[in-house]
Amino acid sequence: MFGLLLLLCLPPALGAVDFSDYENGYQVRLSIKTALGDEAYEWNESEMFLFRATIAFAMRQFTKTEAYGIDNIVVRNQTQRVSFWFIVTSPENPAQTVEKETVEKAIRRSRNRINNAFLLTDKTLEFLGIPPTLAAPISPATPPWLIVFGVVIGLVCAGIVALLTSSVVKRRRGNKAKQLPEEEDPAKGTDKGITCEDRNGVYNQGFSDDDRLTQL
Amino acid sequence: MTKPQNKQHSLTETERERHRKTTEERPKWDNKVQYLLTCIGFAVGLGNVWRFPYLCQVYGGGAFLIPYLIALVFEGLPLLYLELAIGQRLRLGSIGVWNSISPYLGGVGVASMMVSFLVGVYYNTILAWVLWYFFHSFQDPLPWSECPVKEDLQGFVQECVDSTPVNYFWYRQTLNVTSNIETNGSLQWWLVLCLATAWCIVYICFIRGIETIGKAVYITATFPYLVLTIFLVRALTLPGATDGLIYLFTPEWELLKNPRVWLDAATQIFFSLSLAFGGLIAFSSYNSEKNNCERDTLLVGCINSATSIYASISIFAILGFKATTNYNSCVQSNILALTNTFDIEDQNITAENYDSWLVSLNKTDHAKVSSLNLTECKLQTFLDESVSGTGLAFIVFTEAVIAMPGSQVWAVLFFIMLFSLGLSSMFGNMEGVLAPLNDLKVLPKWLPSELISAIIALVSLLVGLVFTMGSGNYWLEIFNNYVGSVSLLLIAFFEIIGVVMFRGMKKFSEDIEFMTGRRPNLFWRVCWMGISPVLLLVIFVAYIVVQAQTTPTYPAWNPDYVDFPQAEVLPYPDWVFAMCVFLVAIPVAPIPIVALYRLISRCCCKTNTTEPSGASNPYANEGFNMDT
Repeated sequence: MFGLLLLLCLPPALGAVDFSDYENGYQVRLSIKTALGDEAYEWNESEMFLFRATIAFAMRQFTKTEAYGIDNIVVRNQTQRVSFWFIVTSPENPAQTVEKETVEKAIRRSRNRINNAFLLTDKTLEFLGIPPTLAAPISPATPPWLIVFGVVIGLVCAGIVALLTSSVVKRRRGNKAKQLPEEEDPAKGTDKGITCEDRNGVYNQGFSDDDRLTQL
Repeated sequence: MTKPQNKQHSLTETERERHRKTTEERPKWDNKVQYLLTCIGFAVGLGNVWRFPYLCQVYGGGAFLIPYLIALVFEGLPLLYLELAIGQRLRLGSIGVWNSISPYLGGVGVASMMVSFLVGVYYNTILAWVLWYFFHSFQDPLPWSECPVKEDLQGFVQECVDSTPVNYFWYRQTLNVTSNIETNGSLQWWLVLCLATAWCIVYICFIRGIETIGKAVYITATFPYLVLTIFLVRALTLPGATDGLIYLFTPEWELLKNPRVWLDAATQIFFSLSLAFGGLIAFSSYNSEKNNCERDTLLVGCINSATSIYASISIFAILGFKATTNYNSCVQSNILALTNTFDIEDQNITAENYDSWLVSLNKTDHAKVSSLNLTECKLQTFLDESVSGTGLAFIVFTEAVIAMPGSQVWAVLFFIMLFSLGLSSMFGNMEGVLAPLNDLKVLPKWLPSELISAIIALVSLLVGLVFTMGSGNYWLEIFNNYVGSVSLLLIAFFEIIGVVMFRGMKKFSEDIEFMTGRRPNLFWRVCWMGISPVLLLVIFVAYIVVQAQTTPTYPAWNPDYVDFPQAEVLPYPDWVFAMCVFLVAIPVAPIPIVALYRLISRCCCKTNTTEPSGASNPYANEGFNMDT
């Protein structure tokens, strides 16, 4: 109540009030050069006019009335940064400001439109105190990593099965060959001549004739 | 004495059978290149990429190469030559080889086998983590580049905001790590899947022994070099790469006075060459007898060290780029803070005039500037952030990859490279388990080798499930520090003592002359008989002393910690420390146990000494055994 009296005493058009004390104001900060580099536009009165218009648009969308106009958006303390404070005054009573929460909700709802009007993003057009709504993460039906996993494990299992079956086939063929009588074995002959072989000795294969050198 | 016309006439049925079995069944390399690539692949592993660059950086850059190369020449190469020669001559796995040299040394082979098994179990978990990251590299944007939003879409997950997205992805979404080692957590199903995939891939390469390994190794041993070159070329085009390289290679000669540097160089070369695992012995046992193993030694040893140096060039080019990126964002955040506080026009303060602006603002309004708490941005600080091990691959490098254009490609390449590096090392580990098992002849003949490999892979997978629990990362660090360290030094020491004292330098020189055509020269003999054993003993003692001086602690990731995101340093509980001691003692225990057992059985059963033991080596000619 007392606050309202204070409001009524202050002429709304006077810029004498420091808006950082003001409860329902929001500070806005733009970083145009960071966002657009060489294609950055100059911030002038027309751009400010556009800003006020977009905020009025946001309020209209939120309250679903056509009551809000440019004059309801009051801007103060513009700096070179480019940053400034604004408040939204109520259309019925220009001396009364709209609640902070209402303004916040309105801006959040139309944030995308406001950003696009200025070719900026959430980071380069900051409303201090209004955190950007984070995009809902796109979660596909199957996580992509499971797809890659499925491909890899499928290939590997197919390879294992292929190698095992070829081993089994090879072994069966080898078994069949072994069952053929060993006609080539010359050692069935009798032991002629004197052998130096000691039955209890160990055969020294260090001197074997087998030429199984690995090919270079 | 008539000379038998045809040798087979003079053989009995059983001798012929055994001859056919042993010469048929010992597999052979298709060609020399396969053998060399397999040995190089076994030696070149993850440590070359994430341990050596870290050591180089921490121990004074180019200056570290001096102790490293000295250790290579006097410790690495002699031990490598010893293992390759003894394997090629005696043509058996590690258990068979040491049994042949002396029955008392049989335990050395058993110890090698156990260490190979334990290392294989945890090493494949690292490969499972690499696979997990690989699977996630096909998304845009990469999942570790941004924090996930909370369910109410009001903000980002708090744990991620406090640390970094990369850290969050590693500790929470990959490991889901608990806050200390005593809290086990549950099995993380996604890690179990990745571990099973990793073991399946290892199995498919191992399914027919060296027949399939020899083919697989053409890719796994050569691909890392390709990727390292691609990364190097790419990194050199990025800003800041040269800063990283200059920083890496600037030598600090002062650090050479620190004995720790020499100890770490010696241990690095020892573990880097994968000695004492038994894998190298097994690989060289599949060679022909007349192979020049001296040249192989020089090739494998030098290529391993050259790979380490080449990898560190690539890695540091990337890290230099990352440090520059971090430095730039630090400066930008400072600029933004100043611009916002003083309402200066946008982009008036740039990185170039930042310093002059800061000075002038400080003069006009000192209080306001100091209230901002601006961090002083120095490139050196960012370059100094040195990490090794999994931290380098999964935290630091992934962060660098995000900043590179076309991140997915670089991420995929990087993780495939890590996987091939690890896979070729796993071949050696598995061979170090399978070849001794064949030597022991405990397995029935009708079991096909594919089934034996499958059983070993399955058992390793089941044991490795320990590392997929919430506390798995802590356990892996324990295995990494205790299993793959002290035991290997001891085994290598006994290996060299075994050859020099039990086989004798004279006989070993004859072996080498038989194989290569000339006796080993003075350098090798001096190393084997003197320098290398002494060096190994010194390293072993120094290692134990250093470990004993530091109370064993571990860094834990605890979101509730006061200083989060810094790691909470916790001491190991007593039962965990007992496990550590176990892990060191159990692989090494067979050495004294088998020696004692053989001693006792020899003393008790003196009448039966002439009977050849069941595991007799058909290639060892005991006709010239001086003992009988």
